[in-house]
Amino acid sequence: MSAILDHLPEFWEGLIVTLQLTAASFLGAAVVGLVITAMRVSPVGVLRGIGTAYVETFQNLPLLVLLVLAVFGLPEIGIKADLLVTAIVVIALYEAAYIAEALRSGVNAVSAGQGEAARALGLTFGQSLRHVILPQALRTVIQPLGNIFIALTMNTSLAAAIGVVDLTAAANRVNLMEAQPIPIFVGAGLAYALIAACAGFVTGRLERRLVMVR
Amino acid sequence: MSNLLFDEPGPRARRRIRIATVVGAVAVLALLALAVRQFAANGQLDAARWQPYATWPMWRYLLDGLWSTVLAAVVSAALAMAAGLALALGRLSRRRWVRLPAAAYVEVVRTVPALLLVYVVLFALPRYGLDLPLFWKLVVPLAISNAAAFAEIFRAGILSVERGQSEAGLAVGLTHGQTMRMIVLPQAARRVLPSIVSQSVGLLKDTSLGFVVSYAELLYSGKVLATYNGLLIQTYIIVALVYLVVNASLSKLARTLEARQPRAHRPRRRLARA
Repeated sequence: MSAILDHLPEFWEGLIVTLQLTAASFLGAAVVGLVITAMRVSPVGVLRGIGTAYVETFQNLPLLVLLVLAVFGLPEIGIKADLLVTAIVVIALYEAAYIAEALRSGVNAVSAGQGEAARALGLTFGQSLRHVILPQALRTVIQPLGNIFIALTMNTSLAAAIGVVDLTAAANRVNLMEAQPIPIFVGAGLAYALIAACAGFVTGRLERRLVMVR
Repeated sequence: MSNLLFDEPGPRARRRIRIATVVGAVAVLALLALAVRQFAANGQLDAARWQPYATWPMWRYLLDGLWSTVLAAVVSAALAMAAGLALALGRLSRRRWVRLPAAAYVEVVRTVPALLLVYVVLFALPRYGLDLPLFWKLVVPLAISNAAAFAEIFRAGILSVERGQSEAGLAVGLTHGQTMRMIVLPQAARRVLPSIVSQSVGLLKDTSLGFVVSYAELLYSGKVLATYNGLLIQTYIIVALVYLVVNASLSKLARTLEARQPRAHRPRRRLARA
């Protein structure tokens, strides 16, 4: 137990980095995912193709491969960025594919009459998406989005494998110094479980308030 | 679905669609051109830097890595599925002392990163005298973390079988165990097949953690190769392409299997795990 208490600052810093990674990449993933979804349901064939190719590519590549490619490969072609920023961008792009897929299943769940009604009122594609379809689609996918958030939190730990000192890396470092793996790793695991529990609590509340009973 | 948001376009809409098509295509081409320019400006397009990957020994090394990846994925999938089935049956058990631990396992493991489990096996277990061979250092954490995911898939599959089926089984005098084994599970197995395949894609992606374990799967082989020949970006791009081809084929298989199921039999569609 003292192994954790003595190294509380290290754990704290690691936790902050994990939270930064999680929040920033989820925000980025949400924006990119939204754009990709809009492209995939648009009437423009090329944009649909780009969206589908994006989702297919990022869902079928391991995140660690993308991280390694970005961290060790991109400097070779003259693209250098801060390690943490690189990790955030890569995780955001990767998770965006999953968010796009979730949102699309939400769009598909909106009944066709809603889209028809929006068009009958003279709304354009963008307007009907923004004012009619997406608000309803979002409500049906709160739970899946919560699950993606939890998976994203777990995935941020992969940043430790490429040298970002997040919670996982901090636990590993402290363990190398203290050699008391059980309390240290259980402590780190509990911290992740706590983040996931908070996310679960929030999505549960959101769902109860926003979900529409059909 | 494609007509949910737009009708047959009129003349003005057709013009807008044409403009958007051109803009989209130009944007993609510009991005590609930018990438090619960056590669060329840094001398990464030189034939000498790609030549090695036109030779067989390089590919044989990478394909060896791919074989290790597949082996690790298959073994951990087998273990995770067996454990997952047991957990799913446990969660659906009528006895509380079976149901609660199974549920707790699934909920807890879902919120622990796989990499943390790998670190536990790498650095914690040897301290307690359990130093597994390299292969198992990768397979065991993957099996532990994926067992929870498979458990949820099996549970959804079992619950998707109509209640009448098990009621009929019980009515003709089968025990609960027999009903499950002979009536419910065979039907559930067929229904969860697509989800199992897409979960296996996730598992195959997870085997890239061999990079951390230094088990010579595809990504780690790529790392060794890149350190040896200094062709960093080329090697990792090739490795990524191999993963892409294998996983995209598996994902396609999952979709084909799903399309062949009668709609009423599909368990609530699971999104691929992120």
